[in-house]
Amino acid sequence: MSKKSNSSFVLDFEKPLITLLQEIDKLEQSSSKDERQEVKLSINGLKEQFFELRERIYSNLEPHQRLQIARHPERPYTLDFVKDLGTNWIELHGDRSGHDDGAIVGGLLELEPGLTVVVVGNEKGRGIKEKQRCNFGMPQPSGYKKALRLFKHAENFGLPIITLIDTPGAYPGLEAEANGQSGAIAVNIQEMTNLKVPVIAIITGEGGSGGALALAVANRVLMLEHAVYSVISPEGCAAILWRTREKSADAANALKITSNDLLNLKLIDEIIPEAQGGAHNNYSQTSANIKKSILSHLGILLKMSPEELKEEKMNKFRNYGAFSE
Amino acid sequence: MRLKDLFNFKRKTRPIKPSQEMISEQELSELWTQCPSCKTTIYTAELKNNLMICSKCEHHFRLSAYDRIEHLVDADTWEEINCSIKPSNPLKFVDLKKYEDSIEAAKKRSGSNEAIVTGVGKIDGFETAFGIMEFPFLGGSMGSVVGERIARLCELAIERKLPVIIISSSGGARMHEGLFSLLQMAKTSAILSKLRENKLLFLSVLADPTYGGVSASFAMLGDIIIAEPKAKIGFAGPRVIEETIRQKLPKDFQTSEYLLEHGQIDLVISRKKLKETVTQLIKLHSKTLYGNPTNELNGFADIISQPLVSSSV
Ligand SMILES: [Zn+2]
Repeated sequence: MSKKSNSSFVLDFEKPLITLLQEIDKLEQSSSKDERQEVKLSINGLKEQFFELRERIYSNLEPHQRLQIARHPERPYTLDFVKDLGTNWIELHGDRSGHDDGAIVGGLLELEPGLTVVVVGNEKGRGIKEKQRCNFGMPQPSGYKKALRLFKHAENFGLPIITLIDTPGAYPGLEAEANGQSGAIAVNIQEMTNLKVPVIAIITGEGGSGGALALAVANRVLMLEHAVYSVISPEGCAAILWRTREKSADAANALKITSNDLLNLKLIDEIIPEAQGGAHNNYSQTSANIKKSILSHLGILLKMSPEELKEEKMNKFRNYGAFSE
Repeated sequence: MRLKDLFNFKRKTRPIKPSQEMISEQELSELWTQCPSCKTTIYTAELKNNLMICSKCEHHFRLSAYDRIEHLVDADTWEEINCSIKPSNPLKFVDLKKYEDSIEAAKKRSGSNEAIVTGVGKIDGFETAFGIMEFPFLGGSMGSVVGERIARLCELAIERKLPVIIISSSGGARMHEGLFSLLQMAKTSAILSKLRENKLLFLSVLADPTYGGVSASFAMLGDIIIAEPKAKIGFAGPRVIEETIRQKLPKDFQTSEYLLEHGQIDLVISRKKLKETVTQLIKLHSKTLYGNPTNELNGFADIISQPLVSSSV
């Protein structure tokens, strides 16, 4: 059973599952020397019940509940994904001008034998010390400069780019402003449009506004099943439009932040299924799904010329909009 | 280890006979070496067998260019180039002695005939262009010869489509050659942009110390920049800075680790892992380095389209 009943973090809607798991655990322990067929059958029955219930819960989640999964503290981050996505990972550091931002990591990865890609993604960190070092996944301008440097490296050597996005947003701070947060994001958005190598962006957790878009101007924009992508956090939106953060669930609904909603609106290209019970339940299964999706898209993108890749991306982003005239 | 092993110690690649004997005599008188970091007294031969790394505290002593070649380059694949390019004295420069005499002394001290040794060799089977700086030769300073050897190395790399590795260890530009030296910064930087235009990988490895005109030109222009642990790397020397700002500098100031934290380099790698890491990096870039050069991306797609269909290759 992948989700341990003593897991440090349980979401509200997961509680019935945990109760069931504890029952199974108890029965398994008390019957460990019991070879009787009835006991085994009842354990199997409970397990079946568990999987059904989990399936039912996870396929009927409200947007604010999916937001909780996207923010789950055990959700895999970039440095977890790269372990499963390929081999020969080498992390590269620094913006070459004073900083090495912890909230954006990047490096070289051999996705398939002979196929090197540059991976750039957000890192939120595990444990309080690492989380602080990664600034909880909220990049400084230097993070975007590091990302851009690695994008240019990829372009120079003809390597495809994969971005893995999971950020509450760019860091709103004094130093960040002084160092040109908005300019750094703007330059990335523009430069990503111009890249002449295949770029695949995957929103893996929180796609927090401009801070996320600065890594998401790609030929293909994909989303993990329970990821969210939004112009503003539901809490922030509720505080402004509902005048109370209490209404964040309403805001989460109204903003259409889930993968299904965004696919219906044709603002993303594909939803990548997560492991059952969410990515935090099974990193490698989720990574395997991500990899399958990356390879199928790369198979098409790598047949295109550098100019076509740039042009396609240009047109894709040129055409987003909803209006009447 | 027996005494005669000291004489046999890995010197096969060293081309200059007289200095070889000289170094050996020196070695004989320096049977023991004290680690400046942990103060342990180490048997010098043992230190050399450990790539000049203190086995107690991992302190990296300086390593001569030919010892580095011996360690990095696959056996019997090394071919030195442009060793006939020699320094001249365009300014008729004299300090306490004539520039020519300083050069002669530097040759004897270092065992190399200039502050960089360049050549082509294989690293784990990958043919690669190497430039290795020799600190004991006038502080590894960059004059016209260093600049010209780097330029020709890069031109050869472009011609043969090879990745380039330069290991820097230098106090900066060579004062004896005046503005000629300064302008080598522009010359080396210019040739590196040609290398980049040709999509050839440049790995810059920074060893202790890398300063001034070298750090402010080719050394900091690596596609990927690697430094040895605790190497001192910077633009201005710490004493100059201290005198200018009249403040004590932090303990780790201008170390590799400090530079990593301040976003200026990609990796800090122990000398023992350098070959492995460099090989890995070259492999990771090899499909485009050696792919179809006329249409690199399509060529690349053809190369990898097979594993995409059946991921069994
Ligand atoms: Zn020591």
